[in-house]
Amino acid sequence: MDHDKPHATQHAHDHWLVRPTTIRNIWIGSLILLALLVAAEWMVPIKARFSVDDWPAFGAVYGFLSCVAMVLFAKALGWLLKRPDDYYAQPRDKELDDDA
Amino acid sequence: MPELFSPALILLAGALLGALLRGSLRTAVLFAAPAATLWAIWQVPDGVATTFTFLEYYQLEPVEGSPLRRLFATVFALMALGGVLYAFRQAKPYELCSALAYAAGAVGVCFAGDLITLFIYWELMALFSTVIVFCGGTPAARAAGIRYAILHLLGGVILKVGIEGIAVHTGSIDLQPMLAHNFDSWMVLIGILINVAAPPFSAWLADSYPESSPTGSVFLSAFTTKTAVLALMLLFPGEQVLIWVGIYMIMYGIIYALLENDARRILAYSVVNQVGFMVCAVGIGTELALNGAAAHAFAHIIYKALLFMSAGVVIYRTGKHLCTDLGGLFRTMPITTVCGIIGALAISSFPLTSGFTTKTLISEAAVSEGLVAVYLVLTAASAGVFLHAGIKFPWFVFFQKDSGLRPKDAPWNMALAMIVFAALCIIIGVFPQTFYEFLPYPLEAYEPYKAGKVLFYLQLLLFSGLAFFVMLPLMKRTLTISLDTDWLWRRLFARVYTYCQRLLETTRQTLMTRLKTWYAVMIRLAQRTYADASKEADVELMPRSQPIATTALWIALLLSGYVLAYYI
Repeated sequence: MDHDKPHATQHAHDHWLVRPTTIRNIWIGSLILLALLVAAEWMVPIKARFSVDDWPAFGAVYGFLSCVAMVLFAKALGWLLKRPDDYYAQPRDKELDDDA
Repeated sequence: MPELFSPALILLAGALLGALLRGSLRTAVLFAAPAATLWAIWQVPDGVATTFTFLEYYQLEPVEGSPLRRLFATVFALMALGGVLYAFRQAKPYELCSALAYAAGAVGVCFAGDLITLFIYWELMALFSTVIVFCGGTPAARAAGIRYAILHLLGGVILKVGIEGIAVHTGSIDLQPMLAHNFDSWMVLIGILINVAAPPFSAWLADSYPESSPTGSVFLSAFTTKTAVLALMLLFPGEQVLIWVGIYMIMYGIIYALLENDARRILAYSVVNQVGFMVCAVGIGTELALNGAAAHAFAHIIYKALLFMSAGVVIYRTGKHLCTDLGGLFRTMPITTVCGIIGALAISSFPLTSGFTTKTLISEAAVSEGLVAVYLVLTAASAGVFLHAGIKFPWFVFFQKDSGLRPKDAPWNMALAMIVFAALCIIIGVFPQTFYEFLPYPLEAYEPYKAGKVLFYLQLLLFSGLAFFVMLPLMKRTLTISLDTDWLWRRLFARVYTYCQRLLETTRQTLMTRLKTWYAVMIRLAQRTYADASKEADVELMPRSQPIATTALWIALLLSGYVLAYYI
């Protein structure tokens, strides 16, 4: 059971999918794909449903920006709402005593 | 006979028989009951076949058929069958039987022609889904089960108040479209919205589902919320308020799922998110929107069950459920990983999956009604779904870091159930026209795969994928939970209760001390009087004198009270 050992230092022994070279290639490939998707708009016109959505790369920009906005909003809300995951498991009385 | 007996009764009988039988006979019953139900569903004719008189006034309609009802019932029966396949070797027998009874409730609601029949099956669901939450077996599951039961019974009571009001004020319990315009219809709407996990009660879903057993959450994800969506479609199509309720649910699901660390809780939040799309569609209320809601509910049950199945396998094999403990499982769990990814793509409405052919119906309905703001929110939310469920779930569970875990892949029955459901996700995505034929309204002119639209969605989704990996440092998982409205009853009400209890206890103690002092003074006075008398009689009166003195005192008090009251 030698692959039970956590994370071999030599990446060559790790799964091909997690080797740094593969990851770099995946990044390059994905970025090319994204660029092609935007470029494809000149071949396949996207029909506007209302007004601004016929701008070039509207889908790409809208998707990206709305996700950034959602992550940032979630992050901000996290400051307010995040608690240790044993929050409800703490004995209530102890906490009341602490408050007192 | 299907016009007399609801197909739900087959499932219920299966649940009962399954509880009585043992061994392979039980397994046979557990498989046969949903299969037979599936057959019976398609024997139900359109319209109401039989009525019974109830309480001399009301007409019960236990079975009413329509394409919409059959569609929902079909997916519930399919789900029961797939769930049994997934769970029959791993789950406790009583969990499986409860699941069948729970599914029976859902199928029963599908064919309920009147409000009372609907209510009975509604409560059947509440009852047996609670049992499934309890089957989680941990103290946390028991506590979550109790909270779940309280909320659903409360929802049931509110629904019942509305139904009683409608029955008394209109004289009819027929299940027909209405708008929330008076107290009765609002009560019915609120009762249903509690089950749909609408605000402010959205928290029950993410509180209870992740506490159930690895197999239990597969059943839980399917029935309660989608039955409530059907009830909304039958009772409140075109109710404007639902558009905003739906949009809130959509955004709530995304934001909370982004903050979450528990793999199944991420999925639970995305149930709220997806049901939000359906609720919004019911609010829009056009034929296209209702088709969208029905189609999306069908597709959603399948891919959400698939996602819960893959999460269930991970928990079954590793015993871990937090993203911080998981990662790198793709090495040894290829089937689970691939099926999980197919489910994740389907929920993100990726082209060629079921989500694409159903969710776009809802967006289309919004834009054709001129609801541009709603359309924009739905589109942003589609990107957000890819972010929180489409990538986040498989990424943190199967890829991410190497957690060092090398679990075996799914047992054969779990793998088979996942493969079947993954295939269904793709079949609905690739052959949408065949699927559209089963929708409640005709949908001839609609073409889901237009080149421009596919390109638009690909841009939207893949760039949200880019956003995920760019923002990855911001999404580092932490050992936290996020507070929700359930904080009110789990913490604030609990604190207020404890505080009141303590206040009462202190008051009681103070009062008791005062009373005791006062009582002692009175007794001493009385003793002195008796002591004078007993000295002459030379008899020990004390042992008896105390109760007599008390009684005398009370009588004196009562009489003076009476005299006072008489004069006032």
